[in-house]
Amino acid sequence: MRHTISVLVENKFGVLARVSGMFSGRGFNIESLNVAPTHDAALSRITAVLKGDDASLELCIRQLRKLINVVEVVDFKEGQAVARELVLVKVRADVKSRPEVLQIADIFRAKIVNLSPDSLIIEATGDDEKITALLGLLDPFGVLELARTGRLALKR
Amino acid sequence: MKKDTTSPAAFPQAEIGREMKGSDCVVECLIREGVDVIFAYPGGASQELHQSLARTDKIRTILPRHEQGGSFAAEGYARATGKVGVCMATSGPGATNLVSAIADAFMDSIPLVAITGQVFSKYIGKMAFQETDFYGMTLPIVKHSYLVMDAKDLPRIFKEAFYLARSGRPGPVVIDIPKDIQQAKFQPVYPATVEFRSTYATATFTAPDEQLKQVLALIAEAKRPVLYAGGGIVSAEAHTDLKAFAEKTNVPVATTLMGIGGFPETHPLSMQWFGMHGSAYGNWAVDQCDLLLCFGARFDDRITGDTNKFATHAKIVHIDIDASEHNKNKRVLLPIVSDIKPALVRLNELALAHKFTPPDTAAWHAQIATWKKETPFRYDESKHIVPQEAVAALYELTQGDAIIVTGVGQHQMWAAQFYRFDEPRRYISSLGLGAMGFGYPAAMGAKVACPDKQVIDIDGDGSFMMNIQELATAHIEKIAAKAMILNNQHLGMVVQWEDRFYGSVRGNTILGDETNVGSPDNLGGLYPDFVKVAEGFGVKGRRVHKKSELRAAIQEMLDHDGPFVLDVIVPYTEHVLPMIPAGKTVKDMILK
Repeated sequence: MRHTISVLVENKFGVLARVSGMFSGRGFNIESLNVAPTHDAALSRITAVLKGDDASLELCIRQLRKLINVVEVVDFKEGQAVARELVLVKVRADVKSRPEVLQIADIFRAKIVNLSPDSLIIEATGDDEKITALLGLLDPFGVLELARTGRLALKR
Repeated sequence: MKKDTTSPAAFPQAEIGREMKGSDCVVECLIREGVDVIFAYPGGASQELHQSLARTDKIRTILPRHEQGGSFAAEGYARATGKVGVCMATSGPGATNLVSAIADAFMDSIPLVAITGQVFSKYIGKMAFQETDFYGMTLPIVKHSYLVMDAKDLPRIFKEAFYLARSGRPGPVVIDIPKDIQQAKFQPVYPATVEFRSTYATATFTAPDEQLKQVLALIAEAKRPVLYAGGGIVSAEAHTDLKAFAEKTNVPVATTLMGIGGFPETHPLSMQWFGMHGSAYGNWAVDQCDLLLCFGARFDDRITGDTNKFATHAKIVHIDIDASEHNKNKRVLLPIVSDIKPALVRLNELALAHKFTPPDTAAWHAQIATWKKETPFRYDESKHIVPQEAVAALYELTQGDAIIVTGVGQHQMWAAQFYRFDEPRRYISSLGLGAMGFGYPAAMGAKVACPDKQVIDIDGDGSFMMNIQELATAHIEKIAAKAMILNNQHLGMVVQWEDRFYGSVRGNTILGDETNVGSPDNLGGLYPDFVKVAEGFGVKGRRVHKKSELRAAIQEMLDHDGPFVLDVIVPYTEHVLPMIPAGKTVKDMILK
């Protein structure tokens, strides 16, 4: 099962290694991982999406709680949290195909953040479904590069 | 979970020290933590620290002959006393030699602070001479760790490190200190108390009364209850409370190896210890019980065998300070998060207040008594000295009043089977990690901590060889730790597995010349000559191979006022029994 884990940690070096090591040392593959400071600069929030069976993930979370630099750990069940992702995608688009790409971006309420003669960069946010749909539609034009934040989540 | 609120009155204000070097500050911090001995091997990156140690008379600095020996010695000190053991090494190879002891302390929850020198900050990450990322390397085997990047952090880091090592579920803490930090001059500020953002770090865990009443209710209706007591009893200093509780409830007790001495083994309710090589009766009782009270233990695979077939008839109560141990290896009925000490204290109070009457378990006690009588730990007499007999003789001659330390292997199990332990911290052994070479250095550490007690390393010839260089430390530092080697010229436990499961094919398990294997019948083949080796180190030794001389030889070792090596020549053909093969069940127990 897919889990979204939110870990509030002290903003110190090595903390990310401790947290990710807890997953890797138990054979969990991290699907996505995001780290950034919170409103309290001394703390960072790590949001990780993992696949694994519920029981071993529960054990893993209890281990996380024991880490001295970890302040809080939450395992979001479906529907408990608002989850979003931001992607930057560079798509091939020349004069001919540009209008169509722009139309798709518009429908998805995505923004064009860079434009060059044969490509453009689209910034889009949304839940998994929306992002997957957008990327699917852009694929035929030629996705040149892609960067995504991975899932971010906050409790409702 | 409650926050540990240390009253401000109990602590003075933060204190500002005089200006000093980082390395002097480290020594000052150690003194403030009550450290009286440190096992430390110098090198370029830790030299400043040794210079500072040389200027204090408050800390005894013991030079091991290998960093691994020093770190095992620090563990021996910690295990014998419950105090934090401290070891130190230089960067790179010095540090990597500490890894086994750190992993060992992590597995067995031993309070250990390991200090390492690190290369100058400006060289970190540049593959400088003797540089390793020790902070990164030890991440999975520490309770916590620090890489000091600012000398001003030293007082806080040391205060935190000692607090973390000894509090909650104890464990190892690594402090890696670059050389420029050791050299930096600054005015230290010693914090009055520790503060963590994590509430877990300073939490105290005590069970609510409702849960403890449930435990008593379960005992009241049990017909075949068993107490399964682990190392938590020892580290929480809860042995007297456990004894009172077992007596009050009339529940028989089997400990783990880590829990040995947590309940007196000569007590009528004791079933000694159980697990892979534990007592048959202990294992049968756990297998048959209808209520299993696991206090401060973790359902290790050497205890349970196949977890699906472990204690299948039992309702299981698991009290442990570490919530991550609950339902980890075995699903239980009633997991209780609590320090075992207050839990037992409260259980005893509740039992008294509610006039708890033990259930009628006469039939169960009778059954256990029969098992005990019919299937005790036993061995066959031989014309030669058998290893079990040597341990039994040591038990008699010391009247059970010694600290026994072991290496890893058959001798480790026989030491636990044939010596009886009535007090905690008397069987000191690398159990979770199973690190060979642990015995003699750990015995030195225990002897330094308890100079008035007999400390004897019961070792194997394989294990003893792994840190034999520590005889030099014992001689030079005048540490009267004794070694009784059960010398069978083989890696006995692996040989036992070869005999049982691999058709007796010897896969590098003979320690001497394969064409002339030494034995009680072939003294000429014995290799090496441990007595001569000891002599080279200035340590007295004696070899004994005749049964008739065993007791006199042991007595000579005990009477000797200094380190001693007693080389007991035994046949390699003995197997540690009973044995529940790995991953199997009580039904598969091998008795013969």
